[in-house]
Amino acid sequence: MYETVLDALSLVCLIAAAGFSVAAGVGLLRFPDVLSRLHAATKPQIFGLLLVIAAIALHDRSWMTLLALLPVFVFQALTAPIAAHMVGRAAYRTGQLDDESLVIDELAPAVERSERIH
Amino acid sequence: MSLFQTIATVIVIVGLALTAFAALIRIVRGPTILDRMVASDVLLTTLMLAIGSHMALRGNTENIPIMVAIAATAVLATIVVARYVRRRATTQVEPSEVSPRGSETGHV
Repeated sequence: MYETVLDALSLVCLIAAAGFSVAAGVGLLRFPDVLSRLHAATKPQIFGLLLVIAAIALHDRSWMTLLALLPVFVFQALTAPIAAHMVGRAAYRTGQLDDESLVIDELAPAVERSERIH
Repeated sequence: MSLFQTIATVIVIVGLALTAFAALIRIVRGPTILDRMVASDVLLTTLMLAIGSHMALRGNTENIPIMVAIAATAVLATIVVARYVRRRATTQVEPSEVSPRGSETGHV
């Protein structure tokens, strides 16, 4: 009974991860510019991977497996924000974003100020 | 339980395949190089999710080192491409020659 519940939980986690992944794919196809596509694309990188890791741990049920899976999430959680930051920064600096879709642009005065100083 | 497992397997396979296909379409069509880089990141993430789902569904754990390697090195390509885009944009502004790919058009 107990193991059946854990196996079912593992399958539910896998289905949720696949749902996040599909959402990222749809957002990638339908969103208009780089920043909104980046917003859609970074969802399964963290939460989908966390769900898959939870599914593996729930299915395997050993501490060694959990210990081996921990570096996967740590590396991904360290590097995914760096990649998203670099892409967003490059997109902003080269002007590849939709100015009309921005509600507020807090970076423009800062860039102006920094260019005035230098 | 077995029926539920079969249904879950089909859902996971179809979902991940759809995501990989969407990322491929965006890589082919994406107007700028940053769009292609974001889509390529999604493709790599989908590959990692597929490896993990395979392990969870089959009940083995022998592919965990592959997931560690992908998670640790996926960021390098994105950083290199982002720096390349910015450097090309800054070196194009300074010379006075008229460039068809200025920062006004947005297609770098």
